[in-house]
Amino acid sequence: MSDVLDSKPTTAENPVNPYLRLDRMPSIWCPGCGIGTTVNCFTRALTECGLDLDKVSIVSGIGCTGRVAGYLNLDSFHTTHGRAIPFATGLKLANPENKVVVYSGDGDLTAIGGNHFIHAARRNVDIVVVCVNNHTYGMTGGQVTPTTPGPAVASTTPYGAFEYPFNLPYLADSCGAVYVARWTTYHVRQIGKAMREALGKRGFSFIEIISPCPTLYARRNRLGDGLDAMKYYKEKSVVKSDADTREVGIDFQGDIICGRFVDRERETWIEGYNRQHSAKLGERFTPYPTGFAEA
Amino acid sequence: MGADPNGVLTGSHYLDGDHACCEGAIAAGCRFVAGYPITPSTEVVERIAQRFPRVGDGIFIQMEDEIASSIAIQGAMWGGKKVMTVTSGPGLSLMMEHLGLAAMTEVPCVFVDVQRTGPSTGLPTQPGQADMMQVRWGSHGDYKIIAICPNSPQEAFDFTFDAFNLSEKYRVPVMVMLDECIGHMIERVDIPTADKLEVTERKWTKKKPGEYKPFEVTDDTMVPDACKAGDGYRIHVTGLTHDEQGYPVMNHIAQEKLLRRLVDKINLHADDIVRYEEIDVEDADVVVLTYGITSRVAMRAIRMAREQGVKVGMHRLIVAWPFPEKRVRELAATKKAIVVPEMNYGQMVLEVERVAAGRCPVRLVDHAGGTVHDPQVICDAILEVVR
Amino acid sequence: MAAEEKSPKPKKVPKYLGVTFIEQELCKGCGFCIEFCPTKALDFSREFNKKGYHYPLLARELDCNGCDLCGLYCPDFAIFGVKYKNAEYKAPEKKAK
Repeated sequence: MSDVLDSKPTTAENPVNPYLRLDRMPSIWCPGCGIGTTVNCFTRALTECGLDLDKVSIVSGIGCTGRVAGYLNLDSFHTTHGRAIPFATGLKLANPENKVVVYSGDGDLTAIGGNHFIHAARRNVDIVVVCVNNHTYGMTGGQVTPTTPGPAVASTTPYGAFEYPFNLPYLADSCGAVYVARWTTYHVRQIGKAMREALGKRGFSFIEIISPCPTLYARRNRLGDGLDAMKYYKEKSVVKSDADTREVGIDFQGDIICGRFVDRERETWIEGYNRQHSAKLGERFTPYPTGFAEA
Repeated sequence: MGADPNGVLTGSHYLDGDHACCEGAIAAGCRFVAGYPITPSTEVVERIAQRFPRVGDGIFIQMEDEIASSIAIQGAMWGGKKVMTVTSGPGLSLMMEHLGLAAMTEVPCVFVDVQRTGPSTGLPTQPGQADMMQVRWGSHGDYKIIAICPNSPQEAFDFTFDAFNLSEKYRVPVMVMLDECIGHMIERVDIPTADKLEVTERKWTKKKPGEYKPFEVTDDTMVPDACKAGDGYRIHVTGLTHDEQGYPVMNHIAQEKLLRRLVDKINLHADDIVRYEEIDVEDADVVVLTYGITSRVAMRAIRMAREQGVKVGMHRLIVAWPFPEKRVRELAATKKAIVVPEMNYGQMVLEVERVAAGRCPVRLVDHAGGTVHDPQVICDAILEVVR
Repeated sequence: MAAEEKSPKPKKVPKYLGVTFIEQELCKGCGFCIEFCPTKALDFSREFNKKGYHYPLLARELDCNGCDLCGLYCPDFAIFGVKYKNAEYKAPEKKAK
């Protein structure tokens, strides 16, 4: 990601370092866990976006992915389980010039946080939601989540999961998200690009990143380690941005359709607030700042 | 400093408690409210939704549930606003986890509970006072909050205003304990000019990024200086047990250090926070300890008892939590009995009994809720204890 | 003119070279960098770091082109690559028409 240097350096600092709380490294994530990889992509996206990092806030929930907030050197908020999105909504509305990114896992965002997810997408709150989907509740020991495909074994489905799993891009699309993309941790360059696009997008952006959980999901289902998962992603992912989101559900070890499925424009919550109140109150209403960078 | 005149509805008005509460919040500088409709509190946010667009720089959002409301306000606080949410019993139950988060991460915020009859769905349109213990102990773990009890629409304005000041001063959630009666009762509310209202501003840090630690305490207020997201401080805030930098620290030493401060922050300043009103207590043999709407019924009962020659006075809790231990201990030592009428099966009476420690009899006049006490029943209890 | 032996084709001098920097103690031995290096320049070390993981080494430095794909993949921020100008590279002369 860096520029070409003039000569061979003898020492160099990882360009990612300024984005990290180095005093808290190494991270708690397991060897082969993909969360750190997504964070790497995120730091690239932040650099390439040219955003003022003082004005980027990161909000996460509880879980392995929830720990991302603690490792990033930004205003970071490690909130309660499932409630990162409403917290982020309040944070954004109070200070719209802040860029607010929610970074959390599949269980946190779509099980306990499911209600908040659909409403924020519906409202088109101007936030970016990164969902690292490892099909499990890793932190608590590998329980089934709404995205676990049957017949995968989890600690609370010891005989195999049997529920119909969420198709997250479809869910986000149907709720009105203006940007919906899915990649796997194998697709590092595409993740960075998607994050960059989402950061520049007005409204509710959703990026799902399929990621390995070597210690629990992979081990219990005899899928090898993190590297084996990455090889599976490389082999079975199909890039198809024009796919209908209704058809991108993932079966157990099946094809993973990736791409940027949705990229559209829609009025954000604050824009709607301003429009409606201006229409009714006219001069008596002072529009609330939208937080959009001046064109 | 004086209030923002933009938000102060100066003048004499006829308002119900819910509406007065809304005005108190706006006068105090509240500019973000997230709420969810629930009888009998809905009018507070209905008025907020009407007033905020005209006050300017205020945002009201009706969230999808109380859980979202109680944390959206915390996000907004970190974005720099003074914040409030409003609910009743069932919604308060949902908000418990986030009450704990606010206490743990020292978020100044106001939770208004317009109490109704419970438990469960109960009697939604009728009064109760049965959330008093929940508001203090409802979240898991050890923490302290402040709770304040208005007994009229005027006090709904005044004490909601005060609640914001207390929450900013101590960086703690403050609960305004209304009830359906006060919430829906219309009385005269006098609102002064903005310059006469003393607003406590958030104690913004003067330190530079790099020097500032979000949970570091530098004086004996035990309250850390505040900052907001976007100012370059790159803070970390977590509900996990944390150190002064906000980083999670997973050991009992950090736990004791943090919790002791959170609790002492209120305990050691109880004298500044505790507030009560006493009427005719000096010569009284019996004291009626009461709060909220029941205090108004109790006044009638006290008059009835005085007419029968009993020397009885009233100690009215204004701040219910922290409980006025010092004063109640004195009363228990010097009075013949304490009568506690409340619209529940005995909640604040437990505090009275605890603090009285047997020095004098404590007589509960309980009530399942749904309507106010019959003053005769309270009077009978007074006559009974004095015998 | 004819040569007696065919001289070997001169090896192309690359314009850019690469080198990696590895923070051995941060590595958790996941193997992503080694697997996904496009030129297979990395290998596992034989030694362990303090936590007991085999960290990567730049086994074939001349194969490294500084693409930093290893850096992008690393979940532990333990490795990154840099690209630098090859001092020995000469831009090809423009052929006169």
